[in-house]
Amino acid sequence: MSLRKNIAVSDSGFVFDPSSGESYSLNPIGTEIVKLLQQGRSNEDIIRDLTGKYDVDDATLERYYYDFIGMLKQFNLLENGE
Amino acid sequence: MEKIAFERPFIKKLSAGMPSKFGMKTEIKPVTHIDDVAVEELIQKYGSPLFVISEKTMRETYQEAYRAFSTRYPKVQFAWSYKTNYLDAVCRVFHQEGSWAEVVSGFEFDKALANGIPGNKILFNGPDKPEEYLKKAIEQKAYIHIDHFDELYTLKQLAATLKTRPRVAIRVNMDVGIYPKWDRFGFNYENGEAWDALNRIMISESFELEGLHAHIGTYMMTTEAYGIAAAKLADLATGLERKYGHVIKYIDMGGGFASKNTLKGAYLPGTDTAPSFDEYAEAITSALINSGIKPENLPMLILETGRALIDDAGYLLGTVIANKRLSSGYRSTIVDVGVNLLFTSFWYEHQISPARPTTQHTEETAVFGPLCMNIDVIRESMVFPLLKTGDRFVISRIGAYNMTQWMQFITLRPNVVMIDPESKVHLIREKESLETIRQQERIPGHLQAKKQ
Ligand SMILES: Cc1ncc(COP(=O)(O)O)c(C=O)c1O
Repeated sequence: MSLRKNIAVSDSGFVFDPSSGESYSLNPIGTEIVKLLQQGRSNEDIIRDLTGKYDVDDATLERYYYDFIGMLKQFNLLENGE
Repeated sequence: MEKIAFERPFIKKLSAGMPSKFGMKTEIKPVTHIDDVAVEELIQKYGSPLFVISEKTMRETYQEAYRAFSTRYPKVQFAWSYKTNYLDAVCRVFHQEGSWAEVVSGFEFDKALANGIPGNKILFNGPDKPEEYLKKAIEQKAYIHIDHFDELYTLKQLAATLKTRPRVAIRVNMDVGIYPKWDRFGFNYENGEAWDALNRIMISESFELEGLHAHIGTYMMTTEAYGIAAAKLADLATGLERKYGHVIKYIDMGGGFASKNTLKGAYLPGTDTAPSFDEYAEAITSALINSGIKPENLPMLILETGRALIDDAGYLLGTVIANKRLSSGYRSTIVDVGVNLLFTSFWYEHQISPARPTTQHTEETAVFGPLCMNIDVIRESMVFPLLKTGDRFVISRIGAYNMTQWMQFITLRPNVVMIDPESKVHLIREKESLETIRQQERIPGHLQAKKQ
């Protein structure tokens, strides 16, 4: 899973997709995930990281993580075919 | 290491130059406490969903309404509209404040009596007053507001049998310049039917004609309509003075003041558009004072205000069951409060607030109840923070009509608590159980045998 190459992400959670001209805003944990995706980290890897850091059980985190990935897909921000 | 509080990850598309419908940013304010009692504590103790009524807000609202009228008119009397919320504890707060009772059925009539209201402080309205209850109302000296000619003649017969003169008023319907016109109830003003009814009452000598009543509609956004209605009733009163030398005791303007809820499809929020009690009072009392009624004969002004007195005092607390994406990708939030408990979600865009502070990150979402029915929609669309399963929320301004029109459907009715002015919590209606429902059922003998 990785973010499409030309997507710009600022530290404050502002996202710009030059191919569509759309911009988006992320909440802090969303920003963190998108940055990790940019580095090409795997979903399992990212989930493990986050569970250690946030006050949340595995199941809840996984549930909302994949919902979030679903939104990124819906906005066409992820590489195709993954 | 201390762990960081979790909020679900979220991305929102930014659409340039698209302010919200009201041209401002929607700021999400949590409702963590009601009258100093923590929402979370209330749910821990009494379950979710939970209806909460603030006695303090009830009393303050009543006093504000009473002040608006009593500072403009010599004789003012409120009568609590039972159908709006007839939980006994609620009725008794208004009765303690000085309200009479306004009832529209035999059941409500008995409830008012059981709440210690004497017959001569009960107004009996509505198109369906069974003979048994008309009799009771006559004996208890209640004010019977006649709705149609058939009732007038039934009453006349009863008066003869009981050898008393029932105390009556007539309900008058009229054109007050609003649509839809409520002309189903009572006698029409414009076509002369109301004047006709008054003449028949005066000539028959079977009745004590005590008053005139109108209820022009509900959630009335214009005060002028009330001015017109008051002027028309005053005109009938002047006619009676002139023709019969008869002075009526009261003019009853009914209910109908808007609460601060936002109607579905309204462009501006109800908090901005609902007239104040002062504005309604100004319209009604000036019409009466400037009418042809002689100053020494000015009748008592009765108000049957319902929703505007209780809506703000009621809250419905609930819990998020799940978040779900619709096939379109649109977010939906499923909650444990359905339209079976929140009937008014068919009319209002209810305000729903999180019960804890959240970040200002929000997403548009639909809010669905737990019933397996497509109509179970609490909000079709609202901007809402990122609540997750188990999070609590508070729906505000739900005191009117929900605790009377609620349905036992799929789920049972939950607890209702009242918070008193000292912030003590009282259970005022216990939640239903399987037993509550089964008590009413009877199983025929041939269905009772146990299966082999
Ligand atoms: C005769 C009568 N009086 C009073 C009311 C209370 O109306 P509201 O809640 O709009 O003030 C109603 C409600 O329908 C009514 O029918």
